[in-house]
Amino acid sequence: MEITPEKLRWLYTTMYRIRRFEEVLLEQTALGKSMGVAHTSDGEEAGPTGICAHLTDADWIGSTHRGHGHCIAKGVDTAGMMAEIFGKYTGLCKGKGGSMHIADFTKGMLGANGIVGAGIPLAVGAALSAKLKGDGSVGVSFFGDGATGEGTIHESMNLASVWKLPVIFVCENNHYAESTPVEYAVSVTDIADRAASYSMPGVVVDGMDVFAVYDAAGEAIARARAGDGPTFIELKTYRYHGHYHADDPHTYRLPEEEELWKARDPLPNFERKVIEQDLMDEVEMERIRNEIDQEIQDAVEFAEESPLPPIEELYTDVYVNYSNSVQGLR
Amino acid sequence: MTTTSRPNPLGPGFDVPGSEIRYREAFNKTLGDELRRDPDVFVMGEDVAGGAGREDLGIIDSWGGAFAATKGLIQEFGADRIRDTPISEAGFVGAAIGAALTGTRPVVDLMYFDFITVAWDQLLSNAAKNRYMFGGQGKIPLTLFARSGVAAGYSAQHSQNFYSMVAHIPGLKCIAPSDAYTVRGLLAAAIRDDDPAIICNHKKLINMSSFVPDESYTIELGKGRYLRRGADVTLVGMSYTSEVCRLAAELLAAEGIDAEVVDMLSLSPIDEDIVLESVVKTNRIVIVDEDTPRCNMATDIAAIVADKAFDSLDAPIKRVTGPHTPVPYSKPLEDAFIPSPEDVVATTKKLLGA
Ligand SMILES: Cc1ncc(C[n+]2csc(CCOP(=O)(O)OP(=O)(O)O)c2C)c(N)n1
Ligand SMILES: [Mg+2]
Repeated sequence: MEITPEKLRWLYTTMYRIRRFEEVLLEQTALGKSMGVAHTSDGEEAGPTGICAHLTDADWIGSTHRGHGHCIAKGVDTAGMMAEIFGKYTGLCKGKGGSMHIADFTKGMLGANGIVGAGIPLAVGAALSAKLKGDGSVGVSFFGDGATGEGTIHESMNLASVWKLPVIFVCENNHYAESTPVEYAVSVTDIADRAASYSMPGVVVDGMDVFAVYDAAGEAIARARAGDGPTFIELKTYRYHGHYHADDPHTYRLPEEEELWKARDPLPNFERKVIEQDLMDEVEMERIRNEIDQEIQDAVEFAEESPLPPIEELYTDVYVNYSNSVQGLR
Repeated sequence: MTTTSRPNPLGPGFDVPGSEIRYREAFNKTLGDELRRDPDVFVMGEDVAGGAGREDLGIIDSWGGAFAATKGLIQEFGADRIRDTPISEAGFVGAAIGAALTGTRPVVDLMYFDFITVAWDQLLSNAAKNRYMFGGQGKIPLTLFARSGVAAGYSAQHSQNFYSMVAHIPGLKCIAPSDAYTVRGLLAAAIRDDDPAIICNHKKLINMSSFVPDESYTIELGKGRYLRRGADVTLVGMSYTSEVCRLAAELLAAEGIDAEVVDMLSLSPIDEDIVLESVVKTNRIVIVDEDTPRCNMATDIAAIVADKAFDSLDAPIKRVTGPHTPVPYSKPLEDAFIPSPEDVVATTKKLLGA
């Protein structure tokens, strides 16, 4: 698939932005700056980047507990994300959500979700709106290998198929659900095989290669926009860190396995290809990296200096309209 | 989270061999006892062992459950009885109900209490009703446990106290231990009980310690206990709010107010007698519930008191609860959500006109 020079730069910038955000977040979490649990997605950057490269702010994505990469690829502001995770009032959700609940509706990001499998039907709903309104937008649902054990994925795929909805199911198979290996919990080797049961195309894609993801997503999204219904994309990928910030992955996987995946790291993988084909050079890529390093540094400072939410915020946003007090009894 | 300790709950002079251990250790030890005692007992849930299927790589028991609730059990009881599951709560809770109906005694780890909603239909439509609908033919010796409560930035979807939702359902039992001693006795009782029982393990209790006898014992389901005797006012707690009440009573004592603390322990069946006995003596009651205020346990207990001890009351029944909101993430908002000992003290003093 053709890639414009701008898009190429966007792919690199976005992947590196996700990588840097997650690395710095882990450092900040170790310093006690995050107010809760953080699930990072470094290693998995090529997936959301290659998919969201085809989306605009009018398209919607549904996300998971591991949602930072989805947010960033959808264009969500990293300073607002960092502030949210630091529990600050300037966070995207006023500090009321945290890492597991970041959303930015202005960017078509329907929200990270703390309940495994719960975000999947939301993207189907976005596609239903798109179909009813005929506005040409699509819904993309990101979910993990583990989430395919939940009923919501099966119900959602069938719904999307019988209604021919413009939705793309993106399974980020990072080979683990918490400490549980995919081969223990999932009955098929390629989860994309399940697409056949719901009469939609299912493709297995190298989730460490942003170009492969970009191509597969381009086809699926074009299909959806043309009214030809849903597609299932399985990205074979790997999370570099533990399930959450304090998890030690070596209790359930071998360092040798990690090394094999890291040898296929999406960033050097990209750099090698573009240099070989003379599409970008190292000087430019270094400039991009420096800019992003600065951006994330600024995001941390912004989060750090931002105020905490005022206590009154505890009581806002429960309803649009409600005639009773929502105060606790004292 | 905090570590505190309490004296021997059996009281002075009641010497049995035992030691000061954490809630989670008492829980784990009891699971071990029950698995050893009855070969029909088995445990299942996500990552209850962890790293499943990798014994040949030397990987076993990698997680041992969230908060290490089941750590070490697979080594003794094997992967058949300490069974990791896919993330399929509706499926494996439903399967546990089916297994319980057909001769085994499943103990299911639901991880966070919030996830009960994913399995809710199975609990509501099958576990709660099977015996009744089918005229008493079957029984469901199922025990479910999960971590509940507001703590440490777990936010809106990992912090809820759904015990009133469970207590509302005829056919389900709801158990709310308040320390290491009570979880040991109540878990053993729930596993040996022939009805479906759900045990709420509050996150803030899990790392707290208290004296626990070595020997296995049970605490009768449906019975509360006094955490402190007093004459001026009754404070009622459940799960972590029993600890909140105990702390509040200490603060009140320093101001010359003698509070009695009732620790509910079970929410369905519920010990009406202990609440009524206490309020008949003190004539004033403050019920403390971390849950949101509408249709919660505090409301239910208040109604019992209004109905059965109205004449003994010298002041209105007071409830101290969370707000009618989801649980927020940011620490100051989370702190404002939680009923604190200071909140209980303030409400109690107002009630006493002190
Ligand atoms: C309904 C529900 N069950 C269990 C959990 C606990 N949990 C959080 S993440 C997770 C693993 C998810 O695995 P996967 O879908 O593969 O996503 P990954 O973490 O690998 O990105 C589990 C079991 C949850 N949050 N929600
Ligand atoms: Mg996974």
